[in-house]
Amino acid sequence: MSTGESENDLVTQLLAGKHRALARTITKIENRAPGYRDLVAGLHEHTGDAEVIGITGSPGAGKSTLVDKLALSYREEGLTVGVIAVDPSSPYTGGAVLGDRIRMASTTGDMDTFVRSMGARGQLGGLSTATGDAIKAFDAFGMDRIIVETVGAGQNEVDIVRTADTVAVLVQPESGDDIQMLKAGILEIGDVFVVNKADMAGADRTVKQLSEMLEGRNDGDDGWKPEIVETVATSGEGIDDLLETFAAHREYLESSGALEEKARARYAEEVRTLLREDAGHLLEDELERRGGIESVVDRIAAREIDPYTVADEIVTPLERCLDAREETPPHR
Amino acid sequence: MSVEGDQRAIRCLVAKVGLDGHDRGAHVISRAFRDAGFEVIYSGLHNAPDEIVQAAVQEDVDVLGISILSGAHNTLIPKIVAGLEEYDAFEDTLIIVGGVIPEKDKEPLREKGVDAIFGPGTPMKETIEFVRENAPER
Repeated sequence: MSTGESENDLVTQLLAGKHRALARTITKIENRAPGYRDLVAGLHEHTGDAEVIGITGSPGAGKSTLVDKLALSYREEGLTVGVIAVDPSSPYTGGAVLGDRIRMASTTGDMDTFVRSMGARGQLGGLSTATGDAIKAFDAFGMDRIIVETVGAGQNEVDIVRTADTVAVLVQPESGDDIQMLKAGILEIGDVFVVNKADMAGADRTVKQLSEMLEGRNDGDDGWKPEIVETVATSGEGIDDLLETFAAHREYLESSGALEEKARARYAEEVRTLLREDAGHLLEDELERRGGIESVVDRIAAREIDPYTVADEIVTPLERCLDAREETPPHR
Repeated sequence: MSVEGDQRAIRCLVAKVGLDGHDRGAHVISRAFRDAGFEVIYSGLHNAPDEIVQAAVQEDVDVLGISILSGAHNTLIPKIVAGLEEYDAFEDTLIIVGGVIPEKDKEPLREKGVDAIFGPGTPMKETIEFVRENAPER
């Protein structure tokens, strides 16, 4: 399969339900391999049917175990499930141990639960793009439910869960998580808050703290009030409640038009991201033609020129090109 | 315009197949691979062959490292190979085996599709070099 495999073939095979093609597509997306953009572009028209759930929370909160139980419940309903588990990579070596699979024990051997581990690979902002594209691959493949699981530790994770329709934030009792979550800004993005390990002492207190904090959350519209659900993922307790809450949120999204709005906001953000990326590369190339960043920095350090003038010099020709095009509109 | 390319990482699945309960070696190799810059997916203990096949296919790994000490390699490894073939994943997956494999079993395993066997005491560097040099081009 390594040679002569065009993007079209891969899309065709993916749509035909070949697991290998889905796996290979996600690899190309992750690697940003040549042709990955055509690949994702080819998937777009086949997407839009899956329900995407994001799960985040601090390490040890029980995310993977919960995801495993959710996947199992969906499978029992006869639905197919795609799971994307994002783990951090070492900033030094780029290496990673992606260990969430171990906890997906209930669904091993079942090919209709497709679990894919992704390393963060130190991509600034690029990871959420890659995750969003991987979601499209799962969606086009025909997965009914897609669960994106990530450690909630910072902006990157917040970006990732924004690719989901419904976001669940996991909290474990008495761990100081309240403060951590305020830091990460994760309180603002949860549609559902899950107090996992609810059989532990202190769970009630955590629920109370959480509900107080959510009281203070200033939601622009008065549509959906974030729910708090208690679970014990290891035993499966509370999973049905959680599924019902997810379904209720979905119902709210669909009936209020928020789902469509979310999707539109995502597409807008996607286009902007791609434009920034492409324009950035164009300008990088132009900088290279002018002798590269080092020589520019030399001149700035020697006070021969300033950064604003440099930027201006590089962008101006591009601006002129676009202005000229405006006078003679392109053929449509 | 070079918008694409160069985010590639070698992906490895480290798997324990069958009943043996010793995964120290698997942990050590997982860490060494990670430190070498690979992405390692560790599947945990007591995997059945079809579970390993599922993980290898879904994760689209370049390298499948099977750690086995139980002596059941002659029955279990061919099952994994057959599973990979079923999903068209055999051709471009490098299969390496670590653990205790008697000399007389090595050649038959290679004939069945195992690319390399690393016995006890193999320097980590040697395994890592082998993976770097032989991980399939994709």
